[in-house]
Amino acid sequence: MAEAVGRFVPDGATVAMGTALEPAIPFAAGHELIRQHRRDLTLVGPISDSLFDQLIGAGCVAGICAAWVGNVTEGLGHCYRRAAERGEPRAIEVRDHSNFTISLALWAAAWASPYVPTRTLLGSDIVATNPDLEVVDGVVRVRPVRPDVTILHAQRADAEGRAHLWGPLGISEEAGLAARRVIVCCEELVDPEVILSDPNRIFLPETKVAAVVHEPGGAHPSPLQGHWRRDHAAYRDYAERSRTADGFQAWLEERVLGVPDRAAYLAGVDTEALRIRTSLPSAPVDYGDD
Amino acid sequence: MTDGGHTPQEVMVAAAAREIRDGELVFVGMRLPILAYGVARNTHAPAARALFELGLMRDQPSAAFLGTMGDPPNVAGALWATRMSNVMALMAQGEVDLGFIGGAEVDRFGNLNTSYIGDPARPRTKLPGSGGGADIAILSRRWVTLMSHEPRRLVERVSYVTSPGHGDGPGWRARNGLLGGGPVAIVTTLAVLRFPEGGGEAELATVHPGHTVDEVRAQTGWDLRVAPDVAETPPPTAGELAQIRRLDPDGFWTRRR
Repeated sequence: MAEAVGRFVPDGATVAMGTALEPAIPFAAGHELIRQHRRDLTLVGPISDSLFDQLIGAGCVAGICAAWVGNVTEGLGHCYRRAAERGEPRAIEVRDHSNFTISLALWAAAWASPYVPTRTLLGSDIVATNPDLEVVDGVVRVRPVRPDVTILHAQRADAEGRAHLWGPLGISEEAGLAARRVIVCCEELVDPEVILSDPNRIFLPETKVAAVVHEPGGAHPSPLQGHWRRDHAAYRDYAERSRTADGFQAWLEERVLGVPDRAAYLAGVDTEALRIRTSLPSAPVDYGDD
Repeated sequence: MTDGGHTPQEVMVAAAAREIRDGELVFVGMRLPILAYGVARNTHAPAARALFELGLMRDQPSAAFLGTMGDPPNVAGALWATRMSNVMALMAQGEVDLGFIGGAEVDRFGNLNTSYIGDPARPRTKLPGSGGGADIAILSRRWVTLMSHEPRRLVERVSYVTSPGHGDGPGWRARNGLLGGGPVAIVTTLAVLRFPEGGGEAELATVHPGHTVDEVRAQTGWDLRVAPDVAETPPPTAGELAQIRRLDPDGFWTRRR
């Protein structure tokens, strides 16, 4: 993880994360960005369930391009508030979207199109305050948003960068296609034969993938279908401790800066209570070709 | 608990559930609407389907408690697991009958602010943002918002319109090209406010058990009109309460924590 983030996410980069919404959020990658003191990032996503708040609080972020930033079960993002309201620890530029328009902005970039027209956001002040949106002839034009890097967490991948993600995809496909490069974090690193047995489930072309990181538990506290339940208590703990800047700093020291890597972080999590134990396999499909 | 043996949140969930008609496609948001869908589906609306913006369709509530729509039990048994833009496509085509939106601030015309209190360039309060709320407000055929009933939340005029309701009055949506019909009700911790057919200003329709018209008006930041036939909100039935407590067994959403 340290090498992937160090090589492919420079200061000032535009980074998409949390693209499946509440599940499969690449927290391990976000925490590594904080440990490497990355600065001036622009974060792109639909909703962000606490990860963007953490990066903002750590001073890594210059810009937000998203539909929602907070804590889904607990409410407001306290670091986001301090940054937007008081410029602490630094001022940030916010470009608000709706969930639909952030998807369309990424599709516009993926299609190399100057804009995508839509009727959503007509009558919303979001079009007045986000310069990437414009009403022309009764239609909203959504300009492209192109991530330098999209970071994803998937259930399984092979070393060539082919990944299987299942469950709801959110905006993961357009975020990956629109990006200059993709970092895939995975719960399981498997042989290519496993992935290639089901090419429909590969949600991105391998040509976009710059790095594959085998990072079990890398999405905690977010859920991952077939592997991890959502750790509601961890989100509540974060919400309470981040209420003040000092409380956030103590949380950051303990859970991010004070641990060298994800394995050490997970030592402080009751993983056995969160691990999914039931199995609900899908029926295999048959790609017979004669 | 109120005297009737149910919490304000349980009254809200039951009231929201009754907005769902059988056979409808419902765009379910977070928190109480997840419960409202489950209650409706397991009582009066067995053929109602749910859409979730992260990319799911279901025809029955999750078998286990949900903290978020992305929790694994909401995916198991889904009718469709897909990308967000596909779900939004159905709504853009007018195929979503009803949507739910949570609000921080609402005004008499049902416009919602979930973005900024004060100047957006230097806000007094930065709220989380639209999420899918603005999309639901503009594209669903009709929608309902749920919120805590306080004068600072039900305001004369929202300072920022994240999710447009009826704008500045009847006809505003059509003039501005908004496809869906707009808000039909505001379900609060104290009451249900309804909008007239064709849009316009909300008026007090029902008051929750244990509260009064005067109290509701005092807790509203504008001079709230009262419907001539204002009534009491029917309390949750035994069947509705049983569903609510099955879907939220520890009261995560429906008891004060």
